[in-house]
Amino acid sequence: MLRLLKYLRPYRGYVVLVLALTFLQALSTLYLPELMAHIVDTGIVEGRVHYIIRVGLIMLAVTILGGVAAVGAALFASQSAAGFGKILRSLIFRHVESFGLREFDLLGTSSLIVRTTNDVMQVQQLVNMMLRMMILAPLTSIGGIIMAIHTNGRLALSMVVVIPLLGVTVWGVLSRGIPLFRVVQTKVDRLNRIVRENLAGVRVVRAFHQEDYERQRFYEANLDLTDTSVRVFQMMALMMPLVMLIMNWASVAIFWWGSLRLSHGALEVGALMAFIQYFMQIMFAVMMVSMMAFMLPRGQASALRILEVLDTEVDIREDQKASVLLTPPVTELTFDHVTFYYPGAEEPALADITFKARAGETVAIIGGTGAGKSTLLNLIPRFYDVKSGSIRLNNIDIRDLPLSALRAEIGLVPQRPVLFSGSILDNVRYGNLTASEAEAMHALDVAQAWPFVSQMPGGLHQEINQGGANLSGGQRQRLAIARALVRQPSVYLFDDSFSALDYKTDAALRQALRRETGSAIVLLVAQRVATIMDADRILVLEDGRLVGQGTHAELMETSAVYREIVASQLSPEEIA
Amino acid sequence: MSTNQDRSSQQNPPWGRRPGPMGFGRGGPGFAMPVEKAKNPRSTAVRLLQQFRPYRARITVVFFAAILSTIFTIWSPKILGDATTVLFEGFIAKLRHMPGAHIDFTAILRDLAFLAFLYLISSGFSYLQQYVMAGVAQRMVFHLREQLMEKLNRLPMRFFDNHPHGEVLSRFVNDFDNISSTLQQSLTQLITAIVTFVGVTVMMLTISPLMTLAVAITLPLSFILTTVIARRSQRYFLTRQRQLGEINGHVEEMYTGHPIIKAYGHEERAIEHFEAINERLYVSSWKAQFVTGIIFPLMNVIGNFGYVLVSVLGGVLVTRRAIQIGDIQAFIQYARQFSQPITQLASISNTIQSALASSERIFEILDEPEEPADLAETVPASPTLGHVRFDRVSFRYTPDKPLIEDFSIDVKPGSTIAIVGPTGAGKTTLVNLLMRFYDVDRGAITIDGQDIREMPRDTLRQKFGMVLQDTWLFHGTIRDNIAYGRPNATEADIVRAAQSAHADHFIRTLPDGYHTVLNEEASNISQGQRQLITIARAFLADPPILILDEATSNVDTRTEIAIQAAMRSLMQGRTSFVIAHRLSTIREADWILVMNQGRIVEQGTHPDLLAAHGFYYDLYQSQFQKAVV
Repeated sequence: MLRLLKYLRPYRGYVVLVLALTFLQALSTLYLPELMAHIVDTGIVEGRVHYIIRVGLIMLAVTILGGVAAVGAALFASQSAAGFGKILRSLIFRHVESFGLREFDLLGTSSLIVRTTNDVMQVQQLVNMMLRMMILAPLTSIGGIIMAIHTNGRLALSMVVVIPLLGVTVWGVLSRGIPLFRVVQTKVDRLNRIVRENLAGVRVVRAFHQEDYERQRFYEANLDLTDTSVRVFQMMALMMPLVMLIMNWASVAIFWWGSLRLSHGALEVGALMAFIQYFMQIMFAVMMVSMMAFMLPRGQASALRILEVLDTEVDIREDQKASVLLTPPVTELTFDHVTFYYPGAEEPALADITFKARAGETVAIIGGTGAGKSTLLNLIPRFYDVKSGSIRLNNIDIRDLPLSALRAEIGLVPQRPVLFSGSILDNVRYGNLTASEAEAMHALDVAQAWPFVSQMPGGLHQEINQGGANLSGGQRQRLAIARALVRQPSVYLFDDSFSALDYKTDAALRQALRRETGSAIVLLVAQRVATIMDADRILVLEDGRLVGQGTHAELMETSAVYREIVASQLSPEEIA
Repeated sequence: MSTNQDRSSQQNPPWGRRPGPMGFGRGGPGFAMPVEKAKNPRSTAVRLLQQFRPYRARITVVFFAAILSTIFTIWSPKILGDATTVLFEGFIAKLRHMPGAHIDFTAILRDLAFLAFLYLISSGFSYLQQYVMAGVAQRMVFHLREQLMEKLNRLPMRFFDNHPHGEVLSRFVNDFDNISSTLQQSLTQLITAIVTFVGVTVMMLTISPLMTLAVAITLPLSFILTTVIARRSQRYFLTRQRQLGEINGHVEEMYTGHPIIKAYGHEERAIEHFEAINERLYVSSWKAQFVTGIIFPLMNVIGNFGYVLVSVLGGVLVTRRAIQIGDIQAFIQYARQFSQPITQLASISNTIQSALASSERIFEILDEPEEPADLAETVPASPTLGHVRFDRVSFRYTPDKPLIEDFSIDVKPGSTIAIVGPTGAGKTTLVNLLMRFYDVDRGAITIDGQDIREMPRDTLRQKFGMVLQDTWLFHGTIRDNIAYGRPNATEADIVRAAQSAHADHFIRTLPDGYHTVLNEEASNISQGQRQLITIARAFLADPPILILDEATSNVDTRTEIAIQAAMRSLMQGRTSFVIAHRLSTIREADWILVMNQGRIVEQGTHPDLLAAHGFYYDLYQSQFQKAVV
């Protein structure tokens, strides 16, 4: 947490102001009882009405001053806290944007989202609270103690007993209660999981007539949760009564000792009244500090998760030294004994892969799940770097190229066709911001997307929901293909991009693509044999190794793995 | 996700919040945030209160404990004030050297002892009240949860199809959470606030009507302040909420689309957009925080204003001998407590309203129409042959959209019916009807000559085995998942079923074998393997009739072969309804139902249908013919 606080630096001035203003605020609250003591000890005892009114006016001024200081402190505190959140959020987002896929695998996409949004918000709120309460409470208690000692030193000694007692009580209850709250949370999660399973599996539950079993499962979880909750809340019920009792009894005791001292003439009545008020203010401050001590760990957990993101080193970055120029078009793509391990993996994801693809060629990659097909494609735009061997474009190692120049030559259509919120045109133009509407329409046409796009009420300008939720899988895939086409890259990477299309569209699309991609290099990953049968070359991958290479006809002769895949998908007459 | 932190700050802390005698007034920012309100608050409140009926006795205890505790709290400043007066008078007398002047310590001690006793009693009652309420609130929510779960079990499938799961789930999560914390806190707070307000007013009036009037002047001030700030802050919170949603949405979109952003080099654009929202969020964020941040100081200023008034006015009155010095002391405490109920009431009413909205959402589900009960007189179950007949069946999901009209089919035991059609053609409708997830509108479905509506649902459903595309597995071991349909199955039975389903091999390669716990997303096994487990489950249940969905997307070749073989052997000797995707299955089926847009458009055998050159012919051409390039 402390490490994060350095991002408050731009708000240094504000923080100092908050400190000063909070100090003023605390002073004003503490000064009031002192003034009231004057009213009692001087004004009332001596019966001076004017004096009372004059002191009253001073009290009013002090009050207003305190209020203004408090509002000022709130203003600067909230601006600093929100500013801190803004800076942190932006820092994380920028850093994550520079991540490669390795870093995403490491931390997890959904976890990264939570860290950028929720965790920052947690920390921001903690900072705000720190700036407000955690400054005010200690200032108040310190000031209160000084004032109390100033009023009567001997009486102030009582606090040595009461403050620790109160602190220990609050801490004692909370340290038992808070862990239980965490237990409650896990039990809530369990209950929710059962409900979620029941909702998702309602047909199965009913089909197997397991309603009673499920009800029992729910009942147990529900009862368990209830029992724990009751225990937590019953324990927490102790807190306030106990705290109030300690404070009230302490004030009774102080009153007694005070009146004894008063009879010796060591104290005046007003001072005693003021003293009790100081005492209460200090007690509340102590209580708040103890409570806040329990808020810190929550913020601390968030802070650690944020730091983990910020501390993640980016593996592949835009290298300033990389100044080799790539002159488009790319005419040759070479994999030269490429081996690749995922971080921490024992087995290579790809081992010793060597092949060449030339301009105008279509190279297809086939193999089972986990064979390394997508991995192979992901190495080309340097989402990951190879462990050994090299990937070359026009005989230049891609690691010697500026990242942007490399990626400008690549049109990737990923396995999950990610679309962004915006219009269809926006999404197509994502591939090439300068593309005209006509070019976009052409790309959509080639991608076999025009028929459904033109039928949409908004046509080219139809808005797409986040993630393309209002489109079917096949439609999303076709838009993703159009996005790659409009880029006019020299290397196309299709990562199982036709899987959601029916055979008819698939065939038409590939025919159109063949014309469009012309002299480009096309790398195509697929599960369906029919999709790749006509490729110039087919690479058969198994467990990260290249076990066959050739045309469909050649592989049918030479590769057992390939034959097995084919046999599982096509009927005999189709294979021929 | 985005509302999490607001929910937590919106709820009161788990420990009670009670006004201290002289300390900070803790109105809390609870009222500052916008809440959802119930459509029909009164009847919902009545219904919620009815839920309290079993706890009448305990609730009474809670009420009296709350009232007593508050009364004692209110009484105590007066006693302390009396003691102060005794002290002061003795002190003054001594100061003026009056004869026989002394401080009456016996009187003070008596007062203080009584005070200590009062404090003890007050804390005791306060503890009692919270302790009992904890049990009542949690148990009541427990029963509500049970009621809701029971209800879900009796709801027709229509309900689940028409309500997003997340929406129902959120009632179990957020709404119950909301209700229990409100019951725990706000109800007793409400009582305390009212009693405090009345009690303090009475006490103040008995001391000095004039000073009471002075303090009352501050009341409208705090009232106006509260409403003005609340209105503002609600606006800021709404804006902040919207912008939080916006930025969360953007982050989610950009992170999930990360490879694309990288590949197309649009990092800068993503950052630019992010910074724009971030800047707006910053503004609304500090404003919302600021507005809630100043409530407490401003209330404090008003409180101190009252404090000054009391000190001055009281001082003057004491010099005129109209009141005692101890009264000032007591009055200062009362004045502090006076404005708190007002602030509290605003926040309590907000909490209660939002809890009522939550209760209403739960009652809505409880009021949903239920599935008709099974007929009482049931025919004794006889071994099933699997002779299924649809006899002039008509069915619609919505009355104005005709779907299945006058449909008849006679399925001989052991035969296979293939259901084909494009995605989204409503192929599950037949499943829904067969399993009585929905009842037919007209006509009848019979199994071995018996109308399925005359069978108890569980007898009917035992006759069926289902392997659907969205494989449902629960969080538990593989073993338990397979045994789901027959909890009393032996280990040998389970292994045999897994073997038949071609699942035994892969299960044994897992680190814990059959005792591997499937996690919720089941990311520890593949989609295809999940399907194999559901096939094993069907094998174990050994039903005479099968409903299968062949769709196997995202399945690798090897597993695909295993699934195919497992399904084929599962279908041996059973009447099967197959939502078919494979050419071989369709060709071998005894009868084909062709569906499009929810309706059965054609039926017949493969050669017949091809010869008819209709919809099936087109479908066949486009989907199953070898793609020509």
